[in-house]
Amino acid sequence: MSDFETVAATENQAARRGPSGEPGTPNQIGAAHKPRSLAGDAWRDLRRNPVFWISLALVVIFTLMALAPGVFTSTDPKDCLLSRQHAGPSGGAIFGYNFQGCDTYSRAVYGTRASLLVGALAALGTGVIALVVGMLAGYFGRWVDAVLSRVIDVVLGIPLLLAAIVLLKRVSGDGQWTRLVAVVFVLALLGWTTAARVVRSSVITAKEQDYVAAARMLGAGNGRIMWRHILPNSLAPAIVVLTIALGSFIAAEATLSFLGIGLSQETISWGQDIDTGRIHMREAATPLIVPSAFLALTVLAFIMLGDAIRDAFDPKLR
Amino acid sequence: MTNPTVQPTPASATPEGGHLLELRDLHVEFRTNEGVARVINGVSYHLDAGETLAVLGESGSGKSVTAQAIMGILDTPPAVIRSGQILYQGQDLLTQSEGQRRQVRGKEIAMIFQDALSALNPVFPVGWQIGETLRQRAGMSRSDARRRAIELMDLVKIPGAAKRIGDYPHQFSGGMRQRVMIAMALALDPKVLIADEPTTALDVTVQAQIMDLLADLRRDLNMAMILITHDLGVVAGVADRIAVMYAGRIVEHADVRSLYKAPAHPYTKGLLESIPRLDVRGQELSTIKGLPPNLMRIPSGCPFHPRCPYVQQVCVDVVPPDLVLGDGRTSACHFAQEVRDDSAR
Repeated sequence: MSDFETVAATENQAARRGPSGEPGTPNQIGAAHKPRSLAGDAWRDLRRNPVFWISLALVVIFTLMALAPGVFTSTDPKDCLLSRQHAGPSGGAIFGYNFQGCDTYSRAVYGTRASLLVGALAALGTGVIALVVGMLAGYFGRWVDAVLSRVIDVVLGIPLLLAAIVLLKRVSGDGQWTRLVAVVFVLALLGWTTAARVVRSSVITAKEQDYVAAARMLGAGNGRIMWRHILPNSLAPAIVVLTIALGSFIAAEATLSFLGIGLSQETISWGQDIDTGRIHMREAATPLIVPSAFLALTVLAFIMLGDAIRDAFDPKLR
Repeated sequence: MTNPTVQPTPASATPEGGHLLELRDLHVEFRTNEGVARVINGVSYHLDAGETLAVLGESGSGKSVTAQAIMGILDTPPAVIRSGQILYQGQDLLTQSEGQRRQVRGKEIAMIFQDALSALNPVFPVGWQIGETLRQRAGMSRSDARRRAIELMDLVKIPGAAKRIGDYPHQFSGGMRQRVMIAMALALDPKVLIADEPTTALDVTVQAQIMDLLADLRRDLNMAMILITHDLGVVAGVADRIAVMYAGRIVEHADVRSLYKAPAHPYTKGLLESIPRLDVRGQELSTIKGLPPNLMRIPSGCPFHPRCPYVQQVCVDVVPPDLVLGDGRTSACHFAQEVRDDSAR
C-alpha cells in the first residue's frame, strides 16, 4: 500500500468517527451542532413543498383580508348607488358593480371576515366535541364506546342542511352577532361526527401501542395517558379532517346565507352575494363569479394547507 | 462426575414468606369468541432481592402474560385472572386498588419491553419521556428532571447523553432505543426489573451489549431481575435461577448450573439439545418434534406428552405434580429422576 493510500485510509477512519469522536451514535455527524426536533424536520419538509407555500400564501392573504379589509380596497362596500346597477369595471371597481350598485370586489373583500370567522369557530367547536367524544369512546371502549358510537350514528344520520334550517328558523334575534353565533353553534353541533369517528379510530390504534403500556407500567394514570401519550399521536388525522371541515363549514355558511337563514342581512357575506348574483346572473355574471371564486379559493387553500402540514408532522411517515 | 444432588443451593434460602416477590398458583385465561384459552395454569415462582430469575419458554408459553399480570397491565377483558396471588413484600397486589397498584408500578417494579421502538412515544424527545416519570411521580422540577434524565442516559451508556436528550426515538438505533427504554424503567429506582425479551428485536452483537448492561445495572443498583426470554444462550451468563415454562405451567425450576448440567424435564432437555454446539462437528441438530399445544385444548395429563420421548400411559392420564429433586430443584415430570440421570450421563 502506498503512503498516499495509507493517509487516505486514516482520514477516512477519522471522518467516519465524526466530529465528536464518539462511535456508535449514527446521528452525531449530522446533528453535531443542534439536535433535530420534530418541528425542525417538519419545517425542512415543508420548505421544499410548493403546495405548502401556495396554500400558505392564500391563507395569509385571506386572513389579512378578514382582519383588515381596508388594506385591500379603499371602497366602502355599503356605498351603493342604484344608478350604477350592473355597471362594468371603472375607476376603483375592477370587477364592476352588482345589482344594488355596490362595488363587487369590495363586497367580496369585506365578506371574507364573516366567512373565515364562521369557518374557524365552527371547526374549533367541532374539534373540541370530536376530541372529547372520540377520546372517551376509543379509550374506554365497551359501554362508553357503544353509547357514544350510537350517538355519533344518530347525529350523522341527520341531514346537515335540513337540521340547520330547522334550528336556525327557531333563533329569534336578528343581531349580527346573534346570527353568527347561532350559525357557528348549529354547524359545530351537526358537523363533529366524522372527526369524532376519525379520532376514535386513531385513539384505538394508539392505545394498543407499547408506549401506552410503558407509560402505564411507569405508573401513569388514565388522564395522563390520554392527554400526553394518546392525544398527540391521534391528532394528525383529526387536523386533516378539521381543515377540510373548515372549508366545508365556510361553504355551508354560504349555503345557509344563500338560503336566507344564515348570517344577518346586515353582515356582508359571500353566501348572500352569491345568492343575489345568481338571481341576476344573465344580466351580469361578475357579481356571482367574484364571491364564488373567493369562496372556492379559500376552501381549497385550507384543505391543501391541512394536507401539507399533516404529511410533514406525521412521525409515522418518517 | 459430580452428583447433581450435591449442587450448592441457589440464593433462595430466605425464610418462608420472606421473598421480595412471590407468585402463588396464578391462573389466567383469555376469553375470546373462539373459546377460553388457558394461558397460565398455576404458575408459582419467587424472586429474592438482588437475584436474577430467568423465565424461559417458547412463544405462547405464558411467560410475558405472567409479567403483565405482575405489572397489572393485562388487558381485561379479554384476560381474566382466575385465581392466585402475587405477593410483593408480603402484600397481595391482586387485592389492591388501582391507585395502590399505580404506586407500585415504576417505583417498586418496572418493566422493559421487547420492541423499544414501539415502546417509546414517537412524538416526544427521549429526554422528555425519561423525565416525565420523574416530574409526575417524584415531583421534580423541569430542570432537575432534565439533569436526572441525562444522568440516567449516561448510566445506560448512551454516548453524548447531554447532546442527544432532545432527539426523538426515530433518530436512535435499535440498541440505543433499548437503552433509552431501560433508562426510563430505572428512573424511579425500582427494586424489581422485569425484562421481557429485551434483546429479541436486536442484532446479535447488540444483544450481548444489552445483556451485559442489564447484568451490570442489576449488580450496581442492587435490583432483582426477572429475565423473560426464549433464548437459552442469553440466560447462561446472567441468571441465578431458571424457571422453564410450557403451556402456562412451570415445568422445571432449578439453579442455572444444575439445569444446564442435567435438565430434569424432557422439554428442557430437548431445548438444550437443540442448541448448536461448537465442539461437535457435522452433527444434525436435534429438535423437539410436534407443535406447541393449542391453549384452548391443552392435552390431558402432562401437556408435553404428545411431544415427549419419555411418554408412558401415566403421562396421558395424570397431571404430573412438581417433584422436588433436592437443592430447591423441581420438575413437573413423572420421570424427572430418570430424565435427570439420563442427561447427567
